[in-house]
Amino acid sequence: MSVFEYAPAPESRAVVDVKPSYGLFIGGEFVDGHGTPFKTVNPATEEVLSEVAEADAADVEAAVKAARRAHDRTWSRMPGAERAKYLYRIARIIQERSRELAVLESLDNGKPIREARDVDVPIVAAHFFYYAGWADKLEWSGYGTTPIGVAGQVIPWNFPLLMLAWKVAPALACGNTVVLKPAETTPLTALLFAEICQQADLPAGVVNIVTGAGATGQALVAHPDVDKVAFTGSTEVGKAIARTVAGTSKKVTLELGGKAANIVFDDAPLDEAVEGIVDGIFFNQGHVCCAGSRLLVQESVAEEVLARLKRRMATLRVGDPLDKNTDVGAINSAEQLARIRELSAIGEQEGAGRWSAPCELPDRGFWFPPTLFTGVSQAHRIAREEIFGPVLSVLTFRTPSEAVEKANNTPYGLSAGVWTEKGSRILHVASQLKAGVVWANTFNKFDPTSPFGGYKESGQGREGGRHGLAAYLKGGDL
Amino acid sequence: MPTLATDFSDVTRSEASLRRFLHGLPGVDQVGAEARAAMLGTRSIKTTAKAQALDLAIRMVDLTTLEGADTHGKVRALASKAQRPDPADPTCPQVAAVCVYPDMVATAKETLGASGVHVAAVATAFPSGRAALDVKLADTRDAVEAGADEIDMVIDRGAFLSGRYLQVFEEIVAVREACAKPDGGSAHLKVIFETGELQTYDNVRRASWLAMMAGGHFIKTSTGKVQPAATLPVTMVMLEAVRDFREATGHMVGVKPAGGIRTSKDAIKYLVVVNEVAGADWLVPEWFRFGASTLLNELLMQRTKLTTGRYSGPDYFTLD
Amino acid sequence: MAARIDVRKTYKLYVGGAFPRSESGYSYPVEDAKGTFVANAALASRKDARDAVVAARKAFGGWSGRTAYNRAQVLYRVAEVLEDRRPQFVVAVQQSEGLSASRAGAVVDAAVDRLVWYAGWADKLTQVVGGANPVAGPFFNLSTPEPTGVVAVLAPQESSLLGLVSVLAPVVVTGNSAVVVSSFRRPLPAVNLAEVLATSDVPGGVVNLLTGDAATIGPWLAAHMDVNAIDLGGVRGLEPAEAGDALATDLEVAAADNLKRVRRAPAAEPDFTATPGLDTMTDFVEIKTVWHPMGV
Repeated sequence: MSVFEYAPAPESRAVVDVKPSYGLFIGGEFVDGHGTPFKTVNPATEEVLSEVAEADAADVEAAVKAARRAHDRTWSRMPGAERAKYLYRIARIIQERSRELAVLESLDNGKPIREARDVDVPIVAAHFFYYAGWADKLEWSGYGTTPIGVAGQVIPWNFPLLMLAWKVAPALACGNTVVLKPAETTPLTALLFAEICQQADLPAGVVNIVTGAGATGQALVAHPDVDKVAFTGSTEVGKAIARTVAGTSKKVTLELGGKAANIVFDDAPLDEAVEGIVDGIFFNQGHVCCAGSRLLVQESVAEEVLARLKRRMATLRVGDPLDKNTDVGAINSAEQLARIRELSAIGEQEGAGRWSAPCELPDRGFWFPPTLFTGVSQAHRIAREEIFGPVLSVLTFRTPSEAVEKANNTPYGLSAGVWTEKGSRILHVASQLKAGVVWANTFNKFDPTSPFGGYKESGQGREGGRHGLAAYLKGGDL
Repeated sequence: MPTLATDFSDVTRSEASLRRFLHGLPGVDQVGAEARAAMLGTRSIKTTAKAQALDLAIRMVDLTTLEGADTHGKVRALASKAQRPDPADPTCPQVAAVCVYPDMVATAKETLGASGVHVAAVATAFPSGRAALDVKLADTRDAVEAGADEIDMVIDRGAFLSGRYLQVFEEIVAVREACAKPDGGSAHLKVIFETGELQTYDNVRRASWLAMMAGGHFIKTSTGKVQPAATLPVTMVMLEAVRDFREATGHMVGVKPAGGIRTSKDAIKYLVVVNEVAGADWLVPEWFRFGASTLLNELLMQRTKLTTGRYSGPDYFTLD
Repeated sequence: MAARIDVRKTYKLYVGGAFPRSESGYSYPVEDAKGTFVANAALASRKDARDAVVAARKAFGGWSGRTAYNRAQVLYRVAEVLEDRRPQFVVAVQQSEGLSASRAGAVVDAAVDRLVWYAGWADKLTQVVGGANPVAGPFFNLSTPEPTGVVAVLAPQESSLLGLVSVLAPVVVTGNSAVVVSSFRRPLPAVNLAEVLATSDVPGGVVNLLTGDAATIGPWLAAHMDVNAIDLGGVRGLEPAEAGDALATDLEVAAADNLKRVRRAPAAEPDFTATPGLDTMTDFVEIKTVWHPMGV
């Protein structure tokens, strides 16, 4: 028997129609931008996918004006039940066009089509469906029923459409209008979402999308007529935004970085723990703010867990994101790849043992093999800094209290994992962890009903669930 | 090489030590295990890989008839089909074995001759296993004497579920001894857990180790008489067990999901799980089998679709 | 017969359960509403603020680990002792706020009632703002509020007792520990409250009360990397008003260094007799969501 080689199983690109260039979506229409257009590339091939307009300050002004007008004249006055129907419509169109959205997301971002298809897009639709239902029930939210106004939303490149959904769905449900800036390397699904808004006959100006880089985002966040700022991205930019809004009456929510501990006790369900470790750090190429990037494994099982983990990592299929059998896709950009390489090199210099899964990487595009570092201590930079790539730092511990201490010994506090078959230990450890989301015997699970957000420097506020409404209602402080 | 019974003599010394060992195995989280199996089920096996997988799956089939209404005629027909699953296509491989009740072994053996297709017999008061041990052993010896190459035994689930692991262990050891042939060889022993009755994956993992330590050559999910029969996650947990057992002892044990696998797509999912969980070494009929009856025609139809490029219909495949 | 010379109290800081003088050795004169000298209060320095943060951090684990029922009992005990010392506080409020005895009495009563109100929240907030989330999968998923950690509180400048209690109680009832900078010109009720806290089963370090100038100490607390949140309310009432606004912005900017949760100052010092909103507590809690598979 020869090795069971899976033949290529590429998802068809025919379903998407990428235009050669895109404008901004303001006031319900696509309009030209006044900045310098930029190119978005397929990170798996470096092929230029499209040229996208850059919004300058005047474009941002126009978008905020359109949002303000739509808020004051239409959206905030519309009965919640009517707003709900628009959101349900959007949810349905997302489901109808799910294949197209998944392929486009994979093309622009580099993530495996399996994840775009089975994780991103279904949760996007679910998010709109969930918040649609809140629109006419806000009096039971606990945060009042009054929208804040115009929301300026800036989202990252790791889950372009999903982050859009997390931002736009609750904002609209509560009667706010939005100006959203997608990341400069992944604007395409947001622009397709603009078309979906048109198909849904969403009133003009309720959703506006301005593409661009940091300057566009800064102009949006600082705009005096923006009442609410929502940002997902790096802690560094999050702090800059917090400074920008200081002294104003802008409300702000931030979803920032992380360096999550994934704690494996010696009585863990080991096979599932290994899956959880793999999911925790290699899901979406490790471009996940809540990634389980620090494996804390009890010394008594460290060797066994490591052996199982390496064996499992060797089965990860790295390559063409559009291949339905790909597990790990492309790094999103050359810049991010350089950052991952730099921190990995530092890990080696600092004496940690580097091991990468044996896999062939494509010649073109941005690639990094699934990698782990052993012999890592809390003092290593790779144990402290967010790498935001498929790189796992492995540390060990001896006792539950040492595990908790090490897990919490970081300025971040977004998520954590606990693996043990002992129920009372789960509950105790979970209560001790300074993290907004604790996954016990699972990892990287997301749901529209479940609040998500960090302690400490991982952010402020929560997205998802009832708590996610607080950010978009006057009177909602949590 | 020491026998397995020696390797694990400390473990199987007493009911208590065996229990400690089995309960000391890492637990299986149901949700995580099922999610992993479901993810593997999304693998897309196309074109050349699919052709390869279909032929492999055919070669792994234990073509089975286990009805009260079985007759010699029925068994002869099945045995013919086992050797030439697709009479229209001589490139179609033969199946691994036919699986019958002990009283049909001689008939099957006679029809199969030197074809290389094995005869497997279900023994030990199949499917319930509710008989005295000496009856079960006599049942086994009968089948072996009639020429069975493989014995599919059932464990005493009642004993297992009430925690009498040593009894289950000793019964498997005894049945394995009863598999001895006069020529000094031995029929291969497949140990059926009836996972639908064991209920939890923890139990499946414990039963797997119990059977492997007792010297079973294969571990098998189900009789086909109880629902649910084979499932992808149950089979995955058993594949994890044989993988870990080889790591620990160097011995390979085979796995046979049986019952409920009806479509080519399902069969290919199982092969993917074998490939990615246990590894390619298990991707041979010697170490992985499908206990099935209707599956074979499904595999043949898909095989024909691949070669002809059009969908076939059931009238073009033999019903035996 | 000559009038007896009374024994005056030295007004000190309250840090880690002890009553130190300011590390700096500075004090400042406190006058009553009519401008008459009442006492010298310790002028807390940045090092006092630093010590207070250390004490608060040390106390946090134990306090946040107490049962909610126990925290309720402790806060209720504070109310009892405050009620018991009512006359002392009436005088202090009269002196500080220039109120009549009956108005001052009403303020003290309101402060006691406010403590009782918040005490009751200790074991209810989790049920009101937490809960199970019906995720679309075989998972048990529960969100609960947890204390954010060490909270710096710039207490109101005008409402020296009721305002102070109203901003302090929500912070500690939720399990946080607090470093409070009292009203600058009206610090005496705060010092008296410290004495109540010290005799009310509140573990040392859970509440640290500094008398002094929010404009001087505030920036150190806002920039302190081991402070998790800050209530800027006390910038209101600083003079001139523009200076308060500028300070608030500066403190918010400084707080961004470790992304402290910031409770901004309201446009004007609020009417503390009104029933507070839940936000007084929820501003200083983190929602933690725990997932676990449901299987056999």
